[in-house]
Parts: sequence; C-alpha cells; structure tokens
Amino acid sequence: MPVRDLLAGRRRGGVPADLWATCRKCGAMHYRPEFEAGLHVCTRCDYHDRLTVGQRLDLLLDDAGSFQELAGDVLTSDPLNFSRPSGRYPDRVAKAQESTGRSEAVVCGVGHIQGHEVAVGVMEFGFIAGSMGGAAGERIARLFELAHERRIPLVMVTSSGGARQDEGVFALMQMAKTTAAAARLADAGVPYIALMADPTLAGVTASFAAVADVIIGEPGATIRFAGSRVVQGTLSRRAQADDHTAEWVLRRGMIDAVVPRRDQRRTIGRLIELLAPARASRRAEIGDTARTRLG
Amino acid sequence: MLDFERDLDELRSRIAELEAESDLDSASDVLRQLELMQLELEARTADVFSRLTPWQRVQLARHRDRPHTLDFIERMIDGFVELHGDRRHGDDMAVVGGVGSLQGRRVVIVGHQKGRGTRQNVERNFGMAHPEGYRKAIRLFQLAARFGLPVITLLDTPGAGPALEDEERGQSWAIAESMAVLARLETPIVVAVIGEGGSGGALAMGVGDRILMLEHAIYSVASPEAAAAIIWRDSKFAERAAEALGLTSEVLYAADLIDRIVPEPPGGAHRDYDATAESLTAALVEALDELQAIPPTELVTERYAKFRAMSAHVESSPDEVVVDGSGVVPEDRHGL
Repeated sequence: MPVRDLLAGRRRGGVPADLWATCRKCGAMHYRPEFEAGLHVCTRCDYHDRLTVGQRLDLLLDDAGSFQELAGDVLTSDPLNFSRPSGRYPDRVAKAQESTGRSEAVVCGVGHIQGHEVAVGVMEFGFIAGSMGGAAGERIARLFELAHERRIPLVMVTSSGGARQDEGVFALMQMAKTTAAAARLADAGVPYIALMADPTLAGVTASFAAVADVIIGEPGATIRFAGSRVVQGTLSRRAQADDHTAEWVLRRGMIDAVVPRRDQRRTIGRLIELLAPARASRRAEIGDTARTRLG
Repeated sequence: MLDFERDLDELRSRIAELEAESDLDSASDVLRQLELMQLELEARTADVFSRLTPWQRVQLARHRDRPHTLDFIERMIDGFVELHGDRRHGDDMAVVGGVGSLQGRRVVIVGHQKGRGTRQNVERNFGMAHPEGYRKAIRLFQLAARFGLPVITLLDTPGAGPALEDEERGQSWAIAESMAVLARLETPIVVAVIGEGGSGGALAMGVGDRILMLEHAIYSVASPEAAAAIIWRDSKFAERAAEALGLTSEVLYAADLIDRIVPEPPGGAHRDYDATAESLTAALVEALDELQAIPPTELVTERYAKFRAMSAHVESSPDEVVVDGSGVVPEDRHGL
C-alpha cells in the first residue's frame, strides 16, 4: 500500500494517523493496518487489545448496521456536584462523549448473532474508564428487562474500571440494581453470556458480570475485584503483571472459557443455540469467518 | 481519642474528678457547679457534633471504641447461636452470623465483624471479608428463607478483602452472588449500616427491604483512601475524598438511598453501647413488623423496584433527542 494512501486517513486536527500500534501488554510494535486486520490482537503475546463499541459490535454481530440502540437517551446527571483535579464531572462526561462519540460508557441494544436475535450491551473503556454510574446502570438494567420481556438471550461485553466514583453511592447501588436485574433474567430461564474484555474490574466484575450463565474471557484480559491502584493505596502491594488475567481466573474456576476474538461470534452463537434452542429463529445467514477488518 | 473529642474529654474528666471528691453532703455550691459543668458538657457535645465534617464522621464511624456487630448482638439478640463456616472453604472471622431472637421475633442476623487491637484485627482481617465470609452469609440467608425467618444484616467494613487470596477464591463472584441471593430471598430483610459501609464489600450484604443507618455511620462507593487513590492517585487525599463522596447518613437519606437514620447517643455510639443498641433495636423491630405483613413474593417485587429506582440519570424525551442507533450524542447534549 503506498504511503500516500496510508497518510490520507488523517485524524481530527490534521495529525497523521499513527502507523504503528504498540501492544499494551508486551510493548511489541505492530504495523497498524496489519494489527487491525488481525482484529487488534498482538501477534507476539496474544493480548487482545481494547476495542471501541463500534469495533466490538462489528466483530460480534452478524450485521452491526442493523443494531437497534436501546435507552440511548438515558444520560448521566451529576448528583454530588462532583469535581476532581482533572475537571468537573459534567465536563469530564462531555469530553468523554466527544472523544468516544458515545453518550455513555455502555451502549445497549438489539442485534443478531449467528441468526439469533440477542440483547447486546457493550462497554466503552474510553468513556471514563468504562465506569458504571446511574445512566450506565439504568441502560444495563433496561437491557436485562428487555431480554426478559422478549425472552431473547443477552450478551454483555464488559470493559470497565468499576463503579464511577463521581456519583458516590448512586454509582455503588448500580451494582445491586444490575445484579438484581440479571438474577431475574436467570429465573426466567433466558440465557445470559458475559464476555469479559480487558479490563473487567471491581464494581462491574463483582456485580452483573459475575452472575452470567456462561462467562467467556478474552485472552490476556485483566479480570479482578480490586483495581491495582486501590491495592497499592491500601495494602502497598504492587500487583504482578500476569496476576488476574483471563487465563488466571479460568484456572481458578471463575470463568468458563477463554476464547480468542476470531472465534467469539461462532462460540457465542453456538452457546445460544444450545442453551435456548427454542429461540433459534433462523440459521446463520452470514458465514462463520470473522470479519478481517473492524469498523 | 479523636481531635474533636479531646476538649470534651477534658471537661468530662474534670466532672468525674469533682464527682469523686463530692458526695451528697457536699456544699450546695459544689453540687451546683457540677450541674453546670454537666450542662456545659451536653451543650458543647451537641455543638461539636452538629458541626462535624465528613472526614470527622469517617473517623467516628471507624472509632476504635465504636460498637461492632457482636457488641450489638450481645445487647439485642436473646439466645444467640453463632453459626460458622461456608461449608466449602473455611470460617471467615470477618463475618459473623447466627440465629436468635430480637424482642421475641426469631431472626437470622449476619454482620461484618471488626476487631479491637492488633491481634483481634488480624484475626478479623480488619472487618474485610474473604469470599468464604460472603459464602457463609449466603448460606445463612438461605437458611433464613427456608425456615421463614427474617434477615438482619449489619454492615461495618472498610471494603471486601482485596488480597491475592481473595482474588484466587473469587471475591467478585462471592459478592455478586450474595447480592443476587438477597435480591430474590423470599423473606423480610432489614439492613443496618452500623459503622463503615465500605463499597461492594458492604453492599454484598446490603440488599434489603429497609436500609437503616446509624447517625454517624458512613456508606461509600469506595473507602475515602481508595477513592483518593483512584481520583488523586494518592491515598493521602482521603479527607478531600470524604468531602466529595457524599457518604454521611444525612446526604444518603436526602437522596433517598437509605430509609431511616437511627440516632446515636450524645458523643456518638461509642459513648454508650446500651443506648445505641436500644435505639437500633427499636428501629429494627419497627421495620420487621412492617415487613412481616407483606407476602414474601411481594417483598421480592418491591425490593426489586426499590433498588431499580436508585439512580442518577436524566432522560430526554424521544422528540427532543433523536436516537439514531449509532449511539452518537446529538450536539446539544454535549454541554450537559
């Protein structure tokens, strides 16, 4: 590919698109077009890099274009009039909205996986560390309720630092609210599959994510209860680099499987077919091969 | 002894000295002086306690002499039988629970247990439950439902154990499961925050039909130190975090996140365990009697609605904002 064409894809503000991607885990440098074609997976250490909501929906759904968003107009408020060194909370939200193009840290809606209609929620780590406040909790609870009413399987992709500090106990209570909603779905016999992506931490791991019927981890994803900053702050113990990865929690019996990105849509589709056969409305119309390019 | 308690304590010791020296035969001016000093102590206590900062409230909630779960159980519960262990891994000393009766009502009571002094605190892991602590609690919750007993939980923890061993045994899974069990438990549940309501470690046992909170208890999304570590990247900013987090009983009551503030005796719960236990007993009994009248399945429905309503979000009406499915925020929402 001629260099001229590569530079044509410019970022906002006229800065040339970065031609190289650095693996967050091992530091390996990857030629960006190849890295993207390889689904943002490090060819050296197999770490599955964080994806945006758009990239995730593209990868997971049969047709991301037909995704119907739910509760997209549920937005955060600022109940505590919160301010921190990096800015007032509403300003931080506005900044996150601008940089991610999303209105909250989770996008919920309905789409199709391998031909099955599913309720899908995807967390956006780029939005204030994917943290769950009142609006995110509300969107997630509504998604569980929608899946319950329509009796369609639910797939949740988690990537979050946990509860959003800026909303205090309002944020904390989202753990109870979303977990209770997930528990009701379980009672209704509708399958719920969680895909824990990097990182899945604290108030999200310890709430709706952990109660899924089937939990899939992405290779190399950090999955844990305590954030490393919290541990350093309270116990003065520095976390080890390979503690608490998806593979680590798999070995300890906490998740069901670690599935590479290229196989996820097929695996999730298969699980839905096996757990909710009556819901299998139609066979997959789109082939099993994962897309080679993300949105 | 906390800073703001020092002056009061000096006055208290002067009163005690004078009392020791005097008796009923003492000159009336001595007795009169004692009376005045008592009144002054009451007035100054009320004054100091009416102006406590959030950080001072945190210090009170963590006071080394503050009554803990077993202090309350000893005073409130008749014929308490402690039940140990999660039947899977071990017996977590940071969570205690059992059966007994509260003013003639059979109950299951479970709470976080902090220690006093280094040895006890090591044994109790400073009230930071391990996964087996939550699994013990779950076992007792289910036992309560099986035999038709209501559940009382007492929250008092800096947070769930964050150590490697806790991660290894699935801390997140234990906490989430405990919330999921409580959310659907077909028996009345009354939660009381008695000291530190630290984050998910507290909320794990905090899903119930009525949420009570002792006046000087705190309830927070993270301990002020942890929040400071997250927000300022330095736990030394704990005092500022305490100001910002809205963790006092008044703030939470005003926000409708708790149902009732249980008053503490003058000077705080640690000044009078019996009076505090009496105050809490009255509030628990009232809540239990209200709930006892509601059919269990209805309780579960109402409990769901209660937590479902806890939020802080705004929603624009559909004709104001067009949701186009891309999740992109309309320009005019940016200034939110």
